[in-house]
Amino acid sequence: MRAFLLAVPLLIFLAATFVVPIGKLLIMSVETVEVANAFPRTAALLAGLPGPPALPSRQIFEALAADLETAQDQGTLAAAARRLNTYEPGFRSLLLKTVRQLPLPDGEPADKAFQRIDQRWGEPETWRLLGRAAHRWTLDFLLTAVDHKIGAGGTIEPVEASQAIYVGAFLRTFAISASVALICLVLGYPVAFVLATLPARQSNLLMIFVIVPFWTSLLVRTTAWYVLLQPNGVFNALLTRSGLTAAPVALMFNRTGVLIGMTHVLLPFMILANYAVMRGISPDYQRAAVSLGAHPALAFLRIYVPLTLPGIGTGTFLVFVLALGYYITPALLGGAGDEMISQLVALQINRQLNWGLAGALSVYLVVFTLTVYVVFNRLVGVDRLRLG
Amino acid sequence: MTAEATAVLSERIVRRGVRVFSTAVLIFLVAPILIIVPLSFNQSSYFSYPLTGLTLRWYDFILQSPEWRMAIFNSFVIGFSATAIATVLGTLAAIGISRPSFPLRGVIMPVLIAPMIIPIIVVAVSLYLVFAPLGLTNTHLGVILAHAALGTPFVVITVTARLMAFDTNLSRAAASLGATPWAAFRRVMLPQILPGVATGSIFAFATSFDEVVVILFIGGPEQRTIPRQMWAGIRDQINPGILAMAGLLTVFAVALFLLISWLQGRSGASAR
Repeated sequence: MRAFLLAVPLLIFLAATFVVPIGKLLIMSVETVEVANAFPRTAALLAGLPGPPALPSRQIFEALAADLETAQDQGTLAAAARRLNTYEPGFRSLLLKTVRQLPLPDGEPADKAFQRIDQRWGEPETWRLLGRAAHRWTLDFLLTAVDHKIGAGGTIEPVEASQAIYVGAFLRTFAISASVALICLVLGYPVAFVLATLPARQSNLLMIFVIVPFWTSLLVRTTAWYVLLQPNGVFNALLTRSGLTAAPVALMFNRTGVLIGMTHVLLPFMILANYAVMRGISPDYQRAAVSLGAHPALAFLRIYVPLTLPGIGTGTFLVFVLALGYYITPALLGGAGDEMISQLVALQINRQLNWGLAGALSVYLVVFTLTVYVVFNRLVGVDRLRLG
Repeated sequence: MTAEATAVLSERIVRRGVRVFSTAVLIFLVAPILIIVPLSFNQSSYFSYPLTGLTLRWYDFILQSPEWRMAIFNSFVIGFSATAIATVLGTLAAIGISRPSFPLRGVIMPVLIAPMIIPIIVVAVSLYLVFAPLGLTNTHLGVILAHAALGTPFVVITVTARLMAFDTNLSRAAASLGATPWAAFRRVMLPQILPGVATGSIFAFATSFDEVVVILFIGGPEQRTIPRQMWAGIRDQINPGILAMAGLLTVFAVALFLLISWLQGRSGASAR
């Protein structure tokens, strides 16, 4: 129990700065209070209706007129309009247009007045969306994040092709991370092998080539590639001067730039993870296999490589998981078609203020990352994570 | 006999090939840094070779500019404060979790490591969500707390690794000789795990020193750090001042490398 008490301060600190905030963000993906808060009376009446209404009663029109006025006075209208606009672009202007004509003239029935202001108030679809948005809990964001929505019939259906951007972005994020992990493994494994089998003096010296980049700021390394890969940068100058290419080659603001930059940043993790394991492998095992008649290549593949699996696992896991959440490098070196999920999450907050969708994208990203983490923990164990 | 000779020969060719390949990879790792650092001394403001002349004016520009000076100051203040918190909390937790009596180790250890694994954008957006109503956004305190959380896994990992080599009988011996728990910790255990604590805190510091995504979300203009300033510079209009800063940071990286090697040399020596 005393042992546990020692960990309590850190656990409390992480709960406050890490677990609770992330939990809150993830809850944002299913909770939506903007419309219910702004239009409480309408929300209560719409929630009381049995099914999707054809057209609501006059009473609900009157409630909405009253709610719209209060919402404008209290400043909650903007958030509700933004939320409704995520369902149907144009909802914001509909609300703003309507609220400008309030209060309604005396004697004119509310439902007639609304439909005079804009005929969309006479369409059941408008009311269906308003009713959906007035619910406190919603699956809409989680569906939007996988390019689906709840259609007019109440069934889940894919969104129009022009709005389907998130599944593609998830697949792209996965593909980029997997490519980077694979490239790092192919480049890093031989380096770790050479470093682990050289005499200590030489390998310590060569280790500088791995560790100094590792300690160099991510921003410095990304800046370096930014400068090197520019159309008029050092790399293209070399290519054109040597006559290899006539015109500058596009090396950045595209996938090539992202892969080069991310591989460069993450490669030291792969080398260090494999090196740590390879250092502990005695060359005697391979020698024994060879002396028993195995071809050196076979001895390497059957004896040495299996012994290095924990290193391969740790390195690949680290590179893959760190790559999944990359933001800076793809933002600076990538082009329009290379946005990773992190960039789309940031976009939801910076441009759209759409917390629900940012939360939903985060849910999938976190769940996927944690799944990889749990699998790694089962197969290799977090205790294997070593630094330096 | 000939078959064996071919095997030896092909093995030698493969070995040579692997070495050439590895050399190329190592060059790939250091080349970008080696190529851009000289450009920071370039007379002209174009990022291309050959250099038109050597100058220190970009370094002068960085060290004179109020924004960059504030960024450097902020980076160290935030870095040191976050490291102090992360080191104390991380070391305590590592000591606890390394005891055999620690309950639920298999569940709690992954939780303590999680800040290293969770995508940073999720952390940044979540902190903004929670810190904004508390008035912690646009404050140094907010950034320090966030960076401390990000740094703790490194301390936990390095100190736990170090404690695995620690002989708990030493603590017991100290206690049996009448040492108070605090004295036993300070005089017996701490000297043994100090290299691990130091390594972990350097990692924690480097994490804070290099962090930009969280600052983009919860920091304001007053919390601009070096990476934040570089990010703004690259996005806006990249100028040679950024390369001068890159040059300074490279020197800093070499210093950290030397510090870590020295610590590992020390821990190696004390283990022997």
